Amino acid sequence: MTKTKKETLLDVKDVSLGYEDGAIIEHLSFTVQAGDYLCIVGENGSGKTTLMKTLLGLQEPLAGTIERSAALKDNAIGWLPQQTVVQRDFPASVREIVLSGCLNRTGRYPFYRKEEKERADRAMARLGITHLKDRCYRELSGGQQQRVLLARALCAAEQVLLLDEPVTGLDPKVSMELYEMIRQLNRSGITIIMISHDIASAVQEATHILHIGQNIFFGTKEAYTNSRMGKYFLGTEESGE
Amino acid sequence: MERLFTYLQYPFVRYALIVGVLIALCSSLLGVTLVLKRFSFIGDGLSHVAFGGIAIAGVLNVSNDMLVVLPVTVISAVLLLRTGQNKKIRGDAAIAMISVAALAFGYLLMNMFPTSSNLSGDVCSTLFGSTSILTLSIREVWLCIVLAAAVLAMYVLYYNRIFAVTFDESFAQACGTKADRYNLLIAVITAVIIVLAMNLVGSLLCSALIIFPALSAMRLYHSFRNVTIASAVLGVVSALAGLILAILTDLPVGSAIVAVQVLVFGICCILEKHI
Ligand SMILES: Nc1ncnc2c1ncn2[C@@H]1O[C@H](COP(=O)(O)OP(=O)(O)OP(=O)(O)O)[C@@H](O)[C@H]1O
Ligand SMILES: [Mg+2]
Repeated sequence: MTKTKKETLLDVKDVSLGYEDGAIIEHLSFTVQAGDYLCIVGENGSGKTTLMKTLLGLQEPLAGTIERSAALKDNAIGWLPQQTVVQRDFPASVREIVLSGCLNRTGRYPFYRKEEKERADRAMARLGITHLKDRCYRELSGGQQQRVLLARALCAAEQVLLLDEPVTGLDPKVSMELYEMIRQLNRSGITIIMISHDIASAVQEATHILHIGQNIFFGTKEAYTNSRMGKYFLGTEESGE
Repeated sequence: MERLFTYLQYPFVRYALIVGVLIALCSSLLGVTLVLKRFSFIGDGLSHVAFGGIAIAGVLNVSNDMLVVLPVTVISAVLLLRTGQNKKIRGDAAIAMISVAALAFGYLLMNMFPTSSNLSGDVCSTLFGSTSILTLSIREVWLCIVLAAAVLAMYVLYYNRIFAVTFDESFAQACGTKADRYNLLIAVITAVIIVLAMNLVGSLLCSALIIFPALSAMRLYHSFRNVTIASAVLGVVSALAGLILAILTDLPVGSAIVAVQVLVFGICCILEKHI
């Protein structure tokens, strides 16, 4: 096996996405390989979240196929939703929520074992929420809640981590740390698919860019920065390189 | 006190206490999930379906009502869950439709094929619980124990999954938990509990058994585990208190239990303000 030939985890072929009332995106094709760091950018309402939900299997594509590699087991995916609608009076401690991310590791065993509890503790430490672990989720600030859900996503992500606008609501310091952490995770072999509105840092961090909207672009970040679309959105067009 | 001990000599009083405690335990445990998933409506709808089931059982002249009522209720639970997921029909409207229809047809059937001379008495005891809890046979007690044990075992084994599906269904599903399967499990268990609880408090009151302990516990605690445990404790204590009250004062069992639960809920609300 040569190292250059990486394994394809997701193969999206000519997919149309949308809801009953019509397609939002049509003829979308791209692939994600093990170890990639893919950033999905696009305007509000362009269908990024819809794409991510389709990748996760929460909804069916209107047309086309999405092939998941055999290696990408169902229980190897972590996800940070853009919005989590939690009822206002839901009683749940931070630790219970983070632990629930480990559920896909327990297999048929009904309870959490020591290793899962340690994994949850590590995820909480990484996001600096260990001191909140017995607090009630609904009493936390928005940024703290975001970190709890991130810790949960980390627990679940064995091979692939999907993040829907992860830095929303985080302060600048934590955002920086988050990007750094995602970079480390990516180096340790976890494939990252991230939705972001921050095109500048997306281009800095990612290996591949998927830009959806009126025109669709998919390619490496180098190709993106050199494309007309990329130049336009990065604001480098006028500077006339 | 002394009277209570004399009563405890009688096996039927002991059976009633055992069955009451088991039913209260199961329904208060599951109540937490049902309330949080906004499923408490389903419990209410199912209890009316079970009333219809009893009417059918009466018409068919089946020796053991459970044989008809249990399957009818379980099937309705599954159907209700399906329509709840169907975005075209509003879930709550479907539940309202089914439950009212079941009540109406149940009452019609009972009138068309009266099984005893005292029809209104029969209806009243099916709706509000009868003294039948005090006339349980040993076989019914065992059936109740077996069903309750099955519900408890399921709940403990799937506790973590039930939490995950209750808290954030789409996350659980995206990350590999078969959310549909656990929703189905919850619906089936709910149906079983409703059928059991009907014996205790009657079909109009049995959703009280499910929601009150959970709501009271949520006033006092803020983690899922503590709320679950507190709900179970409150449910069992109120059921015991209500049963003893009813036996000593000769009041109807169902209303006595629900009255105690309302009282407990009030106390929890007051406690919440002071801690
Ligand atoms: N459940 C739904 N039913 C019908 N239409 C929907 C639904 N969810 C989203 N849409 C529509 O699909 C389009 C794309 O929505 P989506 O949430 O994917 O956008 P997005 O790219 O993630 O936007 P943002 O940057 O604001 O997060 C929007 O026009 C929205 O109105
Ligand atoms: Mg979005």
